[in-house]
Amino acid sequence: MANVNFVLNHTPVAVEGGLNRRLLDVLRTDFGLKGPKEGCGEGECGACAVLIDHRIVNSCLMPLANCEGKDIVTIEGFSETERFTVLQKAYSECGAVQCGFCTPGMILASESLLHANPHPTEEEVRIGLSGNLCRCTGYNMIVKAVLLAAKEGEGLW
Amino acid sequence: MVEHRIPENLNEALKLLYHGDYQVMAGGTDLMVQRRSLSDTPLDFPKNMVYCAHLQELRGIRKEAHRVEIGAMTPLEDLLCHPDVPSLVRRAIGEMASPAIRHVATLGGNIANASPAGDTLPVLYLLDAWAELRSLAGSRMILIRDLITGPRALKIHPEEMLTKIGIPEMHFSHETFVKVGGRQADAISKVSLAAAADIVEGKVSDLRIAFGAVAPTVVRDETLEGAWEGATLSELKVGVWRLLDMYVPLIRPIDDQRSGKHYRHQVALNLLRDFIESLSEPTSEPGR
Repeated sequence: MANVNFVLNHTPVAVEGGLNRRLLDVLRTDFGLKGPKEGCGEGECGACAVLIDHRIVNSCLMPLANCEGKDIVTIEGFSETERFTVLQKAYSECGAVQCGFCTPGMILASESLLHANPHPTEEEVRIGLSGNLCRCTGYNMIVKAVLLAAKEGEGLW
Repeated sequence: MVEHRIPENLNEALKLLYHGDYQVMAGGTDLMVQRRSLSDTPLDFPKNMVYCAHLQELRGIRKEAHRVEIGAMTPLEDLLCHPDVPSLVRRAIGEMASPAIRHVATLGGNIANASPAGDTLPVLYLLDAWAELRSLAGSRMILIRDLITGPRALKIHPEEMLTKIGIPEMHFSHETFVKVGGRQADAISKVSLAAAADIVEGKVSDLRIAFGAVAPTVVRDETLEGAWEGATLSELKVGVWRLLDMYVPLIRPIDDQRSGKHYRHQVALNLLRDFIESLSEPTSEPGR
């Protein structure tokens, strides 16, 4: 059975078979990475978000086959970076975390946005976060946190 | 037992299609939803699958004389930011899904999924875009409006793959894409309108109108559009009710989980009326 090879949180890995499995299931079941969560399971909530080649992707919509050769980072891998520390502090200062279920996805959406656009406008932040649902904060605190992180983390992105 | 294959290149993919009963998967953002079941369960596809999103030969945007050519597996987000992609196409993509989906969803996938509510479709119909279908035997071009025959139905042979999309270069003094959905991001259209007009010296030199999600396929009628060619802008504006009446029999939406047919019908006409009423004599002629 064919292997699918990719880099997961900076470590090369090979997953045997199951090309039609969802990346989300591979991450949670095979690798024990519980940061990506299943919310809606159809790409509408962003709770399962991961970074693939620096860009946010819904892992619930990603067949394992499409992961061949990719560089995949989950919140667990991203949390070791300096950029994460800046985002964490900004989220904390702005009250952008309440129940926390959406937070891994929101953080990765923030990273994906800032990687592509280090100085976003508020409108661009809202577009960057538009695929991630939060049922607690009302979003404004999260938007503020991303703008704050962009400022505080000047030069990191 | 269903086969799953990751081809190394386009030729290998075409061989699989030629010799076996395979379905092509692009970004997967539609197929993965259509076939989803319980958590931690491999997706149950009825056919052999060939995964093609990674094939470099099918990715990229190339400007050619009087047209742009787009590899079928090019992610929508790459089109959104590309200056050679027509502004109407970028506008429709900007209204679609979310960054996370646009990073993997492809233009070829949106066409081949052939949803009546596919948001690039009204724009591609409007711009007379064509598709290249390739098989081991060769390739052929077909207008996208001729390729799609109904919901999820395409005039494509089992051994063919949609490999490229060509979009002719066009100039309009006015253009719009409007989508009505339940949420700004990640919504499937209840109804959509792509419309464009070129107003030259006070006269309609080109008028194009395409509706999404109001019939089994995108509604575009070149005869109706052509009837207004040469009319003055004020004749068109005064005649807007006559124009809307012409579209009434063509707009045949259904009731479904997203919206109702009466709502869709009325909103579709309202969107067209808004576009016609917004037309004005262009002050300069950009892009000429």
